[in-house]
Amino acid sequence: MPSDPDLVPPGVRVPDREYRIDAGGVGIALHEWGDADAPPLLLAHGGFDFARTFDGFAPLLADAGWRVVSWDHRGHGDSDHVHLYSWDADLRDAAFVFDHVAGRTAVPTIGHSKGGALLVQLVDAQPFRFSALVNIDGIPSKRRIPDISEHERTKMLTGEVTGWLDHRQRTAGSRRKPGTIDELATRRGRMNPRHSMDWLRYLVTVGAVEDDDGWRWKLDPSIRFGGFGPWRPEWSLYRLAGLGVPFYGLLVEIQEEMGWGTVPDDVAPYLPEGGRLEMFDDVGHFAHIERPTEVAERILDFLGPVRRAS
Amino acid sequence: MTVDILSHNRVELALHTLRAGTGRPLLLLHGLGERSPSAVPDAVADWDGPVTALDFTGHGASTMPTGGGYTAEILMADAGTAIQHLGEATVVGRGLGAYIGLLVAGARPQLVRGVVLADGPGLSGGPSSPTSQPVFSLDPVTAPPDPYALVELGRDLRPPDYATAFSRLAVQGSDLEQPITVTARFRPAWLRAVAEEPGVGEADSVRAVLALYHA
Repeated sequence: MPSDPDLVPPGVRVPDREYRIDAGGVGIALHEWGDADAPPLLLAHGGFDFARTFDGFAPLLADAGWRVVSWDHRGHGDSDHVHLYSWDADLRDAAFVFDHVAGRTAVPTIGHSKGGALLVQLVDAQPFRFSALVNIDGIPSKRRIPDISEHERTKMLTGEVTGWLDHRQRTAGSRRKPGTIDELATRRGRMNPRHSMDWLRYLVTVGAVEDDDGWRWKLDPSIRFGGFGPWRPEWSLYRLAGLGVPFYGLLVEIQEEMGWGTVPDDVAPYLPEGGRLEMFDDVGHFAHIERPTEVAERILDFLGPVRRAS
Repeated sequence: MTVDILSHNRVELALHTLRAGTGRPLLLLHGLGERSPSAVPDAVADWDGPVTALDFTGHGASTMPTGGGYTAEILMADAGTAIQHLGEATVVGRGLGAYIGLLVAGARPQLVRGVVLADGPGLSGGPSSPTSQPVFSLDPVTAPPDPYALVELGRDLRPPDYATAFSRLAVQGSDLEQPITVTARFRPAWLRAVAEEPGVGEADSVRAVLALYHA
């Protein structure tokens, strides 16, 4: 919690419970809002984010009668920094969280960005864990890959691979750059240009730690934005088509660097039967932070029948 | 035999010098679940430069990570770390090491003076398209190899066009006419595709290829 109450924006509420679980030797931090005896609702954050970025959004869901549980992905927030990071490892950590919160019982879930894409894969691999899936601008598509020649594609891969190897060498033993709250907030503002400085300053107080030489983001410096590999974004769409639980996808009108650039026409052919897909006008990738009340209302409306059925 | 410990991010990698010498070194990359040999294998005994061998992350004397998270790209960076330490080198990869050798030849074509792709454990990898692969966890062990490495690297996706992208990088960035040579008799889909690429040759034995790449 920030030491200066002036840095807490209106509507923001710190978690009611915070603790860590042992996910096969990796310490994963969990954060909960709402009555501990209420039905659980799992919330997955995006890449480079952390669970406390839900401090404004999660309380709105908790106040509607849900026990909202989120977790910091490995290397993010208050979870352990580890030797290796991978998509499969994130899925495994998520399964530990589901086990801890709900055992083998199906629960409703919400994922933003990378968290949304993770849940699309987890529901495909372990459908028994899910009673519903809400995806906030987290459906990858191949839209970001420009239509370029094979030669240009090879040149792009060269840059990505070289950058990756250089990064792996450079980050051995490195630490994040220190700064004041305002400096870190300004830096993060480059990734989150639509966030207010008040909100960004607040994020520093919960997503960074203060050392003698200043504040540092908790995010492991060895985690790199982007990257390469055999994975294809459109594979998520193929999985989406086979989804067997109620699905609600929210896309945003204003594209940002951290988003996939997915539009409704990309998703519509793969929407599962009965699935709901909506576009938010005049809002960016972090819709749940920009317009938390409206996003929460829409999701609660969607989850109403799920709640009654359970 | 001597061992150098190299840092790759938080992992300590064991790079074994099986035989010291002068000239361009040979770098051996082992198969899935294996470790570096303790002596120079017969197949490369004729190489008249130094012979080195790398233990991948989670194998041999290298670090055993907690909680898995292996990818072929991480192991490519293992090999990249060794190449950076050795300077220009010729690479011989067995099984998984063959696939990693291909990746690092594409990533560092000026430093990899020829790569040999040989049979061995982990040559096949996983599927070449998305599947509903199980999400799993394993009990920790104290001795290598790391069981997470065995499972995660035994099933990693290897689409043929991904592999051929790296063979093209290797060919475009190298001044060798044939920077990649396949000796493997078993050819999974990714390797069949690579073998058909320009600049990729085939040979009956590792010994025969090393004469081609000789310093």
